[in-house]
Amino acid sequence: MSVLTSLLAASPGDPTNPGGGLGGATSTVTNTFTAPHVEYRALMPMLVVFGAATVGILIEAFLPRTRRYWPQVGVSLAGVVVAFCFVVANHGMAETTAADAVSVDGVTLFLQGTILLLALLALLLVAERGTGLVDLDAFTAQGATTPGSGGERAADAAGLRTTEVFPLMLFSVGGMLLFPAANDLLTSFVALEVLSLPLYLLCGLARRRRLLSQEAAMKYFLLGAFSSAFFLYGVALLYGYAGSVRLSDIATAITSSPHSDVLVLAGVALLAVGLLFKVGAVPFHAWTPDVYQGAPTPITAFMAAATKVAAFGALLRITYVALPGLRWDWRPVLWGVAILTMLVGAILAITQRDIKRMLAYSAILNAGYILLGVISTTSKGVSSTLFYLAAYGFATIGAFAVVTLVRESVRGGSDSGDGGEEDSVTVGGEATDLSAWAGLGRRSPLLAACFTVFMLAFAGIPLTSGFTGKFALFTAAIDGGAWPLVIVGVIASAAAAFFYVRVIVLMYFSEPLREQGAGPIVVVPSPMTTVALTVTVALTIALGVLPQMALDLADKAAYFVQ
Amino acid sequence: MESLIWLVPGLPLFGAAILLLGGKRTNAWGHLLGCLAALGSFALAAGLFFTMLGKHGAARSMHQHLYSWVPVPGTGQHPFQADVAFQLDQLSVVFILLITGVGSLIHIYSIGYMSHDPERRKFFSYLNLFLAAMLILVLADNYLLLYVGWEGVGLASYLLIGFWQAKPSAAAAAKKAFVVNRVGDVGLSIAIMLMFVTFGSFNFGTVFGTAGGASKGTLTAIGIMLLLAACGKSAQFPLQSWLGDAMEGPTPVSALIHAATMVTAGVYLIVRSHAIFDLSPTARLLVTIVGAITLLFGAIVGCAKDDIKKSLAGSTMSQIGYMILAAGLGPIGYAFAIMHLVTHGFFKAGLFLGAGSVMHGMDDEVNMRHYGGLRKYMPITFGTFFLGYLAIIGCPPFSGFYSKDKIIEAAFSKGGTSGWILGGAALLGALITAFYMTRMVIMTFFGEKRWVPDAEGHEPHPHESPLSMGLPMLLLAVGSVAAGFLFSMNSAFVNWLEPVTGPRAEGKLPGGLNSTTLSIITLAAVAVGVAIAVVKYGTGKVPAVAPRGSFITVAARKDLYGDAFNEAALMRPGQYLTRTLVYTDNRGVDGAINGLAALVGGTSGRLRRLQTGFVRSYALSMFGGAAALVAAILFAKL
Repeated sequence: MSVLTSLLAASPGDPTNPGGGLGGATSTVTNTFTAPHVEYRALMPMLVVFGAATVGILIEAFLPRTRRYWPQVGVSLAGVVVAFCFVVANHGMAETTAADAVSVDGVTLFLQGTILLLALLALLLVAERGTGLVDLDAFTAQGATTPGSGGERAADAAGLRTTEVFPLMLFSVGGMLLFPAANDLLTSFVALEVLSLPLYLLCGLARRRRLLSQEAAMKYFLLGAFSSAFFLYGVALLYGYAGSVRLSDIATAITSSPHSDVLVLAGVALLAVGLLFKVGAVPFHAWTPDVYQGAPTPITAFMAAATKVAAFGALLRITYVALPGLRWDWRPVLWGVAILTMLVGAILAITQRDIKRMLAYSAILNAGYILLGVISTTSKGVSSTLFYLAAYGFATIGAFAVVTLVRESVRGGSDSGDGGEEDSVTVGGEATDLSAWAGLGRRSPLLAACFTVFMLAFAGIPLTSGFTGKFALFTAAIDGGAWPLVIVGVIASAAAAFFYVRVIVLMYFSEPLREQGAGPIVVVPSPMTTVALTVTVALTIALGVLPQMALDLADKAAYFVQ
Repeated sequence: MESLIWLVPGLPLFGAAILLLGGKRTNAWGHLLGCLAALGSFALAAGLFFTMLGKHGAARSMHQHLYSWVPVPGTGQHPFQADVAFQLDQLSVVFILLITGVGSLIHIYSIGYMSHDPERRKFFSYLNLFLAAMLILVLADNYLLLYVGWEGVGLASYLLIGFWQAKPSAAAAAKKAFVVNRVGDVGLSIAIMLMFVTFGSFNFGTVFGTAGGASKGTLTAIGIMLLLAACGKSAQFPLQSWLGDAMEGPTPVSALIHAATMVTAGVYLIVRSHAIFDLSPTARLLVTIVGAITLLFGAIVGCAKDDIKKSLAGSTMSQIGYMILAAGLGPIGYAFAIMHLVTHGFFKAGLFLGAGSVMHGMDDEVNMRHYGGLRKYMPITFGTFFLGYLAIIGCPPFSGFYSKDKIIEAAFSKGGTSGWILGGAALLGALITAFYMTRMVIMTFFGEKRWVPDAEGHEPHPHESPLSMGLPMLLLAVGSVAAGFLFSMNSAFVNWLEPVTGPRAEGKLPGGLNSTTLSIITLAAVAVGVAIAVVKYGTGKVPAVAPRGSFITVAARKDLYGDAFNEAALMRPGQYLTRTLVYTDNRGVDGAINGLAALVGGTSGRLRRLQTGFVRSYALSMFGGAAALVAAILFAKL
């Protein structure tokens, strides 16, 4: 980090010399290097998470395989919790630090807090290893073995565990914490890569259907790299225009020049491509369903919730801090993207047969809604976006947590080799086909009730967080003059209600599937998933019934520091 | 104390939540927890009542703002402000005392009554839910929160009426109650929407404070919609048909719904909204008409039923009719409507619990023609039932005398022809009430035994019920005896409610009547009713099978063709309408909708094909998208 910040310190240049920087330096050839002042307290959340990740790597290096699990779980949970405490302690802060590379303000802190809470819940899902009776490890025994090979079977038989997922996840969380806080485009880019690279790896580590998982990782990596290139190109163009990568300098450059030229507009468009890819907006959404389906479900939950928060945070900061002067140029384009995203998300979700793919399209649809808040360019828009991100994140983690618990049953031996030879039914992979969910309400009323809560929240039914969030977003959009978007949003909600409610109907009003006497079974998880599920259900309902506190918090947090 | 208001509905709500979420684990002590929640709520209500007594004037009205649900500042003409806030004034304190008091007794009674039921815990959770919803209804300080309680009551009553859902008749009755209530609920929701459009608020204070500024037509419309809502919940004509069928539920439910809670919600709604009714004579006239029709309707139905609970249900309908009538009379009647509501709460709950006790002793037999001579076998039940009987027919000095007499007097003093008609109807109702209640008491407790063995040939062995059932009956009997007298001392009750319902207008009795002569006339009418019943049922033999009877009896047995009317006037045309609609729907609308759905589905299918799974095509689509984005932003500028 310190190397990074000192490198960056040179790039934005001296604030009193706006033209200054790497390329623009004409008069001051002999820049004396002064170490930038770093406000460590403001950076503590990130430092703690990165520190914990490093400790995780040391654990991997020095502890024997069999003893790594609990230390890893402890270190990661503790790291996230401590980081969250620092975020809370930093409340009300409004400053830029590390030579203006990082800005810590209301939006940053709110989003960092949200990301950390979501990461905590996702970590609980990742840490799920099942009870003594059933093994619910979502990750492969050894990532390096070829799927279906003897090596894989041997690793399975030896009971190996992939504990690298914990430090990988922490690195990703650290990147996510930095992404919405990045005050210049280079820091943004670094954060984007730091958060993405571990995710690419994590996507490929599923225990079951490994080929699908590895394919997902590969796709995600290739397309992610592609989109990063767009982003970087956009950064370069904007630097060429403004002579600086710092957001406030770009804003000044835009307002001080009477007319915008091709350089800045193309730069903004390319930057947007990178960001819209991460949030999964149409037409940059194609990776979402495939990756969400292939990735291990706890990772999918983490990606769908936390990545979206981080990416929207960065989008908010860039549009509100750097590009307010170009509002009339980028807003129509985002209008189009938002409309397409909502419609494509809603329409394609209707024909999905796989619950994870359905949730993926639902994530796309929700990205469209959140774009409404970004487009409204008011402080109300910011606060409603913040609230919606939190509400959506919790419901998403909860929904995927339920998905991890509905399993296929395998007669005789299990496919992972640890089942033995008895005649009894053993637990297989997740039963993600919608038909397997028929009649779930009868066999497992509590779980079905939880899932119903999340579906109702996604559909925006009152007394759930989804209603409050949508209401706030739509109100902000109308205030911002974007009422046609709200109409499209409401139509998309109506279409979306169909596929959300269809799952509820399926769970409660359909006869359970009984193929060869072995329908899907619902496993009893360890307390980890139970806690995550309980918390997400409680928050989803609480944010619908008693939203005022969270809304006030989001209102108070809706300020940027330049 | 003021900050504890939320716990009054809160305790039963927590009780319900624990019992429902706890599941089988709470089976062993679930019923005790349910009772404790109700009793705790009652203790709080009593504490609040005494706190209120210690204050004076305007300070008596307490207010607790819990939180704003969704405030929307400054959009449009009216900011939308939905608060969760409670208001405890002289009116709502009467209701919470009644609801928690009678409710607690019924909880205790249910311990014994449901002791053999495997689902007792679930029953108690529903009872708690019912109490909570009803308390939210009467404590709300705005119409939106009132609506929450209103719907909660509907839900809980559905669950309770259909508690024995294995019985098709119970399931059907629950459904009927729910559907009929929905008609009323729609009325309430329309009224609330009209209020928001007119006054820009749901808050009682704002609505009543600015009601004077609204046009007469709007006020009348709101009033009529509120009346429709009241008709649904309070089983008033023309939405009365669900009440008789609702007797399918366990008897404590009948007592809870018919005495203390659900059916009084309509009366509460009208009295609470008196500021609106005060300004709209048309709406008020409609209220009195509905009340008068229902009080006669219910009384006539009560005469013909052989099922003890259904007869009591008719009686309830009729007594609530009295209250609605009084509420419709305006400032001269509001206080008496509530007073009758409270006294009725005591004696009707007592009568229902008595009926339940009889059924409990007679192997769930409900046909009064198979009772007879039970007073020797069930002395406590008989005693308490008889006190309730004296109260309901209005025999002085029992409680019904004070409240009903005042309503009859208020109806006469309305003045004009309508005063004579309404007063006459109320007087006739008192006569019929005396008749059917005497008939019930005679058929059940006097005469010779007409017991019939059950299907397996076991003779019934009537016995007194356990203490947990007897005690509530005794306590309710005390209320039936003393409440009316206590309330009328120095017009205590009327004065108590005055800050809420406004100063009471003194009516003038027409045609040389004064209140003493009117009381005597009323008592004479009651005596006639009792005498007819004694002659008809007390002297001769009661046939075990009902005789055919006159056409009135036949009609009354069939609820005065209420169901037939519903079937002919609403259901059949409704079915034709739906059939026609389905036809049009299938041919016309579905064509469009299916076309749209097919379009969406087809689009979905086609779009799906773009999702090839090949990363190269994804990259191409991204590239295309990026190109389009750059082009769009550039062209938009140029």
